Amino acid sequence: MKKLKILNLKKAQSLATARSIKLSDDALEQKDRASGFFQEVGDMILFIKQIVKETFSRNFEFKEFLRQCYEIGNKSLPLIVITGTIMGLVLTIQSRPAMAKFGAVTMLPGMVAVSLIREIGPIITALICAGKIGSGMGAELGSMKVTEQIDAMEVSATNPIRYLVVTRVLAATLMLPILVLFADAFGFLGSWIGVNIKGDVSLVLYIFQAFGSITFLDFFPALIKTFLFGAVIGIVGCYKGFTAGRGTESVGKAANAAVVLSSLLIIIVDMIAVQITDMWL
Amino acid sequence: MKNEKETSLDPISEEKFTSEVLIEIKNLKKSFGRLEVLKDISLKLHNGENLVVLGKSGSGKSVLIKCIVRLLNPDGGTINLLGENVSSIKGAALSKLRMKIGFLFQSGALYDSMTVKQNLEFPLVRIKRELKEEEINNKIKEVLENVGLADVLEKMPSELSGGMRKRISLARSIILDPVIMLYDEPTTGLDPVTSDEISELINTVQKKYKTSSIIITHDIACVRITADRIIMMHEGYIYAEGTLDEFEASDDPLIMSFFK
Repeated sequence: MKKLKILNLKKAQSLATARSIKLSDDALEQKDRASGFFQEVGDMILFIKQIVKETFSRNFEFKEFLRQCYEIGNKSLPLIVITGTIMGLVLTIQSRPAMAKFGAVTMLPGMVAVSLIREIGPIITALICAGKIGSGMGAELGSMKVTEQIDAMEVSATNPIRYLVVTRVLAATLMLPILVLFADAFGFLGSWIGVNIKGDVSLVLYIFQAFGSITFLDFFPALIKTFLFGAVIGIVGCYKGFTAGRGTESVGKAANAAVVLSSLLIIIVDMIAVQITDMWL
Repeated sequence: MKNEKETSLDPISEEKFTSEVLIEIKNLKKSFGRLEVLKDISLKLHNGENLVVLGKSGSGKSVLIKCIVRLLNPDGGTINLLGENVSSIKGAALSKLRMKIGFLFQSGALYDSMTVKQNLEFPLVRIKRELKEEEINNKIKEVLENVGLADVLEKMPSELSGGMRKRISLARSIILDPVIMLYDEPTTGLDPVTSDEISELINTVQKKYKTSSIIITHDIACVRITADRIIMMHEGYIYAEGTLDEFEASDDPLIMSFFK
């Protein structure tokens, strides 16, 4: 057998070393990418644990909590009112032809009421709030992180989770159900307008017909899930802001990630809530 | 010699300050991923002294002081701060220790959604809960006078100039009467005149509040005004340690590149 001739052993060795370094770098990069997801899930669980711990600690920031309730509740109200009204109006107009085919136009208020209360009101309001409130929290806290304001709070012995996060998460959790109630109420108003485009129903009769179709079991599970939606928006928005990287670019990324992740989680929570409701009620 | 990279300067003069050590760092190491920022840092801060940590951008100066207040967790080594091992304490004990430290951030880090007054009272109302409103107002007035500013209480940080923001940030750092002040590039982004004013202010604060300070900078004018002792960092190690005169007399190329 012919013996292989090694022309330049040193060159071959250095090439092999460079290749093995590249391979190990690639392997590490792939490992980092794979572990990134699980690390983020773990970090978020730890973040939630800290929120729970600080919620029940002494020296609750009540003034900041009220300010956040105002920011989240009052400032989102016009958007929710307009959206709710349009939702009710469009739902009524779109459903009318199908209901007319079965001669069930008189059931239109009841059908719209059940749709609004059980699903459309909570989910649309939550998705709008994920866009408005979640992105706001991600951007605000992300910008505070980038400009070292969160670090400044920490070194001055003030707990930033207690001041910035707990207040926002609780305010979002409590304000979202209230916003959903407004969205539902204005959805009814929009639906009444929709019914009256081609008909003549008084507001009192409309409300009587709408509420006649709703039971406590339509309302209660829907209300419970809106608290969860609020918590999801608050936690994800704050987490993304709190873990923003360096530079102004990361502020935009934090805001964007807050909207995308909270919207996705809202839909997943909704699916689970519907399954549970269907099983037990 | 602190390590193999350290140059040989004469022993430091400790006449202006006492031998009591407030911060003692031994073999501090910190990495970010595969990037080793602090490879082996050991230093001491004595009571009453202004210790300037000098070095190029990216040499790990800011990482060093962030490790001291545990904004970053070191990978190795020990930090003894006012008799406590910083790495081994957490929660309330860490908060209690942090109350004794003032930290001036490079960007000022004023809370931009709050007025100057709210910025200043923020740590006071949360830590010294026993203070009455009048006492809080008096304290705010006192620190504002000490940093040479008045009539800005109701202004938002965005309405202030760079120098004013630094002064307000300094006022917020000293409002809890700290024992140690940590300055992270206090003159960065300021014009030479304002830089000198801030450097003078660092000395004023040291005298009035009897603080000991670590000043992170690469501004030689600031070094000349404030330094009792200088440590130069380079590539994660302490490269040189000495007084201002010793550094200015050095013929080491790296040191000369700063002091020429």
